[in-house]
Amino acid sequence: MDIKVAGPPASAEEMAAVDELLGPAQSGWQGGTQSPRDQRVAFGGRSARSQRHLLLPALHAIQDRIGWISEGALGYLCARLTIPPADAYGVASGYALLSLEPRPPLTVHVCDDIACLGSGAERLGRELEQRLGPEGKPARPSSGSATWLRGPCLGLCDRAPAALVQQAGVPSRRFETGLAPVSSDEIVALVEGRLSRLEGPQSIPQAGDPGLRLLRRIGVVDPEDLDSYRAAGGYSALRRAFELEPDGVIREVTDSKLLGRGGAAFPTGRKWEAVAKSTVRPRYLVCNADESEPGTFKDRVVMEADPFAVVEAMTIAGYAAGCEKGYLYVRGEYPLARRRIEHAIRQATDRGLLGLDILGRGVSFDIEVRRGGGAYICGEETALFNSIEGKRGEPRNKPPFPVQSGLFGKPTLVNNVETLINILDIVVDGGRAFAATGTADSTGTRLFCLSGAVRRPGLYEVPMGTTLRQLIDLAGGFRGKLQALLLGGAAGNFVTEAQFDLPLTFEATRAAGVTLGSGVVMAFDESVDLQAIVLRIARFFRDESCGQCVPCRVGTVRQEEALIRLVSGRVIGSRERETALLADVNQAMRDASICGLGQTAGSAVESAIRLGLFQPNGGSRR
Amino acid sequence: MSTVLSRATARMVPLQIDGDELQVPEGSTILQACRGRGLDTPTLCYLETLTPVNVCRVCVVEVEGSRVLVPACSRKVEPGMKVKTDSERVRHSRRMVLEFLASSVDLSLTGPAVKGWMDQYGVQPERYGPAAATQAGERDRAHAGHHHPPDPSHAATVRQPVKIDNELYVRDYSKCILCFKCVEACGADAQNTFAITVAGRGFDARISTEFAVGLPQSACVYCGNCIGVCPTGALMFKSEYDMRQAATWDESRQQVTSTICGYCGVGCTLDLHVQDNTIVKVTSPLDHDVTRGHLCIKGRFGFQFVQNREPDSGRPRNPRP
Repeated sequence: MDIKVAGPPASAEEMAAVDELLGPAQSGWQGGTQSPRDQRVAFGGRSARSQRHLLLPALHAIQDRIGWISEGALGYLCARLTIPPADAYGVASGYALLSLEPRPPLTVHVCDDIACLGSGAERLGRELEQRLGPEGKPARPSSGSATWLRGPCLGLCDRAPAALVQQAGVPSRRFETGLAPVSSDEIVALVEGRLSRLEGPQSIPQAGDPGLRLLRRIGVVDPEDLDSYRAAGGYSALRRAFELEPDGVIREVTDSKLLGRGGAAFPTGRKWEAVAKSTVRPRYLVCNADESEPGTFKDRVVMEADPFAVVEAMTIAGYAAGCEKGYLYVRGEYPLARRRIEHAIRQATDRGLLGLDILGRGVSFDIEVRRGGGAYICGEETALFNSIEGKRGEPRNKPPFPVQSGLFGKPTLVNNVETLINILDIVVDGGRAFAATGTADSTGTRLFCLSGAVRRPGLYEVPMGTTLRQLIDLAGGFRGKLQALLLGGAAGNFVTEAQFDLPLTFEATRAAGVTLGSGVVMAFDESVDLQAIVLRIARFFRDESCGQCVPCRVGTVRQEEALIRLVSGRVIGSRERETALLADVNQAMRDASICGLGQTAGSAVESAIRLGLFQPNGGSRR
Repeated sequence: MSTVLSRATARMVPLQIDGDELQVPEGSTILQACRGRGLDTPTLCYLETLTPVNVCRVCVVEVEGSRVLVPACSRKVEPGMKVKTDSERVRHSRRMVLEFLASSVDLSLTGPAVKGWMDQYGVQPERYGPAAATQAGERDRAHAGHHHPPDPSHAATVRQPVKIDNELYVRDYSKCILCFKCVEACGADAQNTFAITVAGRGFDARISTEFAVGLPQSACVYCGNCIGVCPTGALMFKSEYDMRQAATWDESRQQVTSTICGYCGVGCTLDLHVQDNTIVKVTSPLDHDVTRGHLCIKGRFGFQFVQNREPDSGRPRNPRP
């Protein structure tokens, strides 16, 4: 491929950032120093083009070092990886955490998504505007070294309001951390160089409860110590899996009737079997840790507090389905989860639990961590594959399904973090024992992310079939008088008290026309402006649509416009006409969009309208 | 010849379309099956010579057992498939897709077929409010995941100033429906130049060069194959654009003359569009074995030498006086 890189040259700092990841350039053709040898040796071809998958890591490397990606930096990167600059620009411009315009090295991303909006994010934003100046501009007290931005959910909803801090620089200077709950005082202190604290505590109200399965090690084991994990029974599942052999493991998973926890509720055993039966090589395992559904933080807590469980479960899945390599795609907003998982992978590799010849069994399996760039759509499995491959995060049309043609066009087993950690108990105790918990069709336990107006927000684990009311009681009941409850996330539905006795199972929620989604249970009391919450959901989908297909690209815009007209009272025609228009838009998005994002982009809005939140005097009580 | 042979030997797949049983060769798409039966199926992002991207969703049909509608242009037929091409759901989605596009994009040059479908499906783009005003340069700088609060009294559009940065062709992205055809033609489906891409996200997604630099600074080689596949007139010969601005463009006065390009030995067929004895545009037939509609800069734009005239007399200039 003939690459034309015509922009300005990269600075030494930018080149160092790319070289930090890729090593020094091997020739003048790749942006290094010209040597006479360059004229006699051929570069390029398949081996050069096959580096495309390094594009996103390299973009992150520049962003992490400089704070933004200049034309020169992108050009150097393209020469290094043999990627056309336009292609690389198209990829980079699809990620919200990457900046293609000059940006100060310290960026504070302040969440103004639904959970934080119900917990003072609006006031926080106003205070920051007064004290630091408008978002996206250099913050006033920082003399150009810092800026702040509003952004979507950071997965710290249990401790809202939340912020994500990114300091670019050389390795010793840079850091990334989540802050929650956060105040404007803290953010101003940070911007002025007076950093007070890093990271917050985990909110696991049930910690220590002997009935826990998925969460039982959280708060018990040291997330940075493999021995501590082993002392708590860790890696007994992998040993058991080796005894069962791949067929036996898949049999147990099938017997467990485990359904995928990522949202689609597909039978996990069937997926594993389909990949294991494939004759194509190589095969890949992908752990989807890109949870970006507003209000969701379960996978983050698991990765931060029990990372070895994720690594062990991935190893079992890779062994059972015959995958040579695993990728864990973690969202860019989760720096601590990423560090913990990377650390766990290193320790496991050092101890022979990953890599060549695991535990002397002749089994090879490796895990590579890939980091998202701030794109909800990359949680969609095929968009995630494209993201890993260095392409734009756009979903693919299905069929073919990932088990036939997934990552790099090869058979791919893709499971969400929560689904995978269920595997450990299934292997140790057996599928039938696992299926004894929960209901006949929804087996096991489920993680729920409770946030908003409940007394003890946090991550909860309950058997499938628990009712919403029991779950809320577990969290200490509501704080204040409940106005509405969002179940399943932004792609879920608002429910009322009449539905609180609904058992939380896949079949019961489906029959009731709602969804468990990613396990979000977000309560809004009467102090919250619910219309503003619904508008934020509409804004979220407009921001997060990849723009590929027309129904979602334009439908999310039309949906937001119509909702604003309803709230402001400046309707076109009548209110009935506007709600009919919203119904039309929603049906087209649901029926004709390529992927699940577009198909569910109107579901929460539709349920809000059904509950009467957009009546002239309804909803907003502030 | 080879196509005919493979069709004769291909296995036939039985399926049902709108209640009628039929058999089509294995590997056919639903669209091919529909068109084979003469069923008018609207398409915008589909072109025979490019890989289907199934993004416009105007060709969607209902397949029994599928929760959502499926794109006819890329979905292969399967034995026993039951397809409905004119159900209420299908008509609704087609109407909405056309309405979404008509309310956000300038479709004035998109051709009579699209206008026919808009009438057929009862499209009312005006129900989203009057179109919003042009925002100069805004779209090129849009940052993913952020947008300005919309003005609800107007329907957001992709209106923007025309990009004129070279003498050969102009880019009027107010007319762009983001069908991906130009990106495919510039990339692996034809030219392998990769000068343009889809950048940005959501409604701010746009066709762009790296950092939206002008075409002369980009990797563009001016083959014009993007113009050849553009269905909306967003990409246009500068000669056509200038004549349209001067209101002298008149297709009823144009003749199309086919000839063979004389620049090299490949032998591409050129269709010269001639108005008032002047070549105003060059295309190549899509179904042509050699070109499949694609040309190079010389065949596409290198025609001025045949029509240089003496400034005084207006007579063709003699190359060797």
